[in-house]
Amino acid sequence: MDLQQRLQMISELEQQAKITTDNQALGLLNAKIKIMKQQAFENLSAWDRVFLARHPNRSKFHDYLPLLFNDFIELHGDRCFGDDASMITGLAYFHDLPITIIAQAKGNDLSSNLKYNFGMNNPWGYRKAIRIAKQAEKFRRPIITFVDTPGAYPGKTAEENGQAMAIADCLATFSNLKVPVICVVLSEGGSGGALALSIADRIVMLENAIYSILSPEGFASILWKDESRYKEAAEAMKLTAYDLKELGIIDHIIKEPKGGVQQDLQSVVNMLDHYISQELNQLIKTRPTVLLNARYEKFRRIGTI
Amino acid sequence: METLFKKRQERLNIFKKMRNQEIISPKKEIPDHLFTSCPHCHANLVTAQLAKNLYVCPQCGHHFRLSARQRINQIIDEGTFKESDKYAQTENAHEFVGYQEKLKLSYQKSGLLEGVVTGYGKINKQNVCIAVMDASFMMGSMGHVVGDKITRLIETAEKKHFPLIIFCTSGGARMQEGIISLMQMAKTSQALKRFKEAQNLYISVLCDPTTGGVSASFAMLGDIMIAEPKALIGFAGKRVIEKTINEKLPEDFQTAEFLMEHGFLDMIVKRDEMKSVLAKLIKIHGGAHGSTAKITNDQRA
Repeated sequence: MDLQQRLQMISELEQQAKITTDNQALGLLNAKIKIMKQQAFENLSAWDRVFLARHPNRSKFHDYLPLLFNDFIELHGDRCFGDDASMITGLAYFHDLPITIIAQAKGNDLSSNLKYNFGMNNPWGYRKAIRIAKQAEKFRRPIITFVDTPGAYPGKTAEENGQAMAIADCLATFSNLKVPVICVVLSEGGSGGALALSIADRIVMLENAIYSILSPEGFASILWKDESRYKEAAEAMKLTAYDLKELGIIDHIIKEPKGGVQQDLQSVVNMLDHYISQELNQLIKTRPTVLLNARYEKFRRIGTI
Repeated sequence: METLFKKRQERLNIFKKMRNQEIISPKKEIPDHLFTSCPHCHANLVTAQLAKNLYVCPQCGHHFRLSARQRINQIIDEGTFKESDKYAQTENAHEFVGYQEKLKLSYQKSGLLEGVVTGYGKINKQNVCIAVMDASFMMGSMGHVVGDKITRLIETAEKKHFPLIIFCTSGGARMQEGIISLMQMAKTSQALKRFKEAQNLYISVLCDPTTGGVSASFAMLGDIMIAEPKALIGFAGKRVIEKTINEKLPEDFQTAEFLMEHGFLDMIVKRDEMKSVLAKLIKIHGGAHGSTAKITNDQRA
């Protein structure tokens, strides 16, 4: 039974408890619910984490922004085509340090999700990220990126405007930025669209976030020609934070409260704040050449022959 | 009488042996039949003539897909090619169910150990480092071996100051290797960035097909971007896009000509002109060791 089914069962029992009049039965029910709630979030499978990562109530970048940073000034546009709403860029203070923020945004409901294109970026979004990153380099501001996307947008205008080239440029540009870059994977990191913002000195991931080559559904349909095997795919893909830590792809995992980050955002923010300040303190003291070599080495050693 | 039977038995044994032998001959993409049908105009072509015509249909100009070896033979001066990392192959295939079998099939189909051949050689007597992908090996998908071979080639080219040419033909990242395969995009792109920053020339030639993770990394980072006519080039699959936007896409969507029109290519080059175009480009950049930079410095002085 996966997490979704367990939660479903708990809510059904709660419904039942509401209409039960027999005191003894109610006591039994409540005890059962309590135990189930305690056990629901134990031994989460990979698919359970996918479920949590995609949960509609999960905290988005906009929820973190006021808690982590001060005086955010948003900057817009890629200076050649348009402004991608789902790629949020700007300046802010992290404690007293001016930094640049580049973040993928998702919405909380349908209308905001339509605005943010469900977190799927267009080429002008990636080009905006490149522009802002270069600007950060010019003014020697460290960059903090936030990854939350199911993938780059597969659309007609996206292709016409060079989606592939925009992502490739992003990868190349970030690999050579002479300022520290820290990447935070908030919930969903899908494919090249997520990788574009992940070329960083440190990659930190929330416990229930996922990061993968594509969605488990897409993976199952491409490899096994059977979309219904998505749960199996999720296990095989090694997409959880723990898998990626073991593979050496990411550097750190931020623990989440039971039931996901939305249950206690402040505690997650505190941990994130602590990690970022600790790492930034170290990174801003590092000489650019050393920084660049270390960043190169970080990706160079993945899958060598 | 007995000796007669013995002799007969011996002769038969030869045939038996031959029958039991496993025949592994590298299968080419273009079948070895006497005639080949063009997938585009359906003309029946004599295979030998087709080969002479560099596997381009003489009727409609359709460019057949080439194997890596065929491509190298067409581009690199005879006898000058030195292959690097020839025996590199995936060693942890057992970690994903069915991957090992898929690889084995691809060995037999392509005669290669991985989806890319890398090395250096000469084009009209000028040194180059070259990587050629092969679509008959798991659709040229990029696993960690492909990514690492290409990265190593880029690093070699940087050390030698040789121009770099990559012929891309790939469906994208190799799903079976998951996240490791995705990270090869980062690895190859950052190596190229370094290579290019050191004033080296990188020519990217996009062949049919160049899609997904490969198109979103090293394929699109060329100083000079070339494509073969009608090659399929794009990031997302056509069907995925059609499903997303709920709209039928035009016939020429994501073709080389489409990209040319939108400003993402420098040129579309036919196969019979490819070698001379590459040679010219390398020459004007001063060949290996990039002597153009030196000349401009001298001029300044």
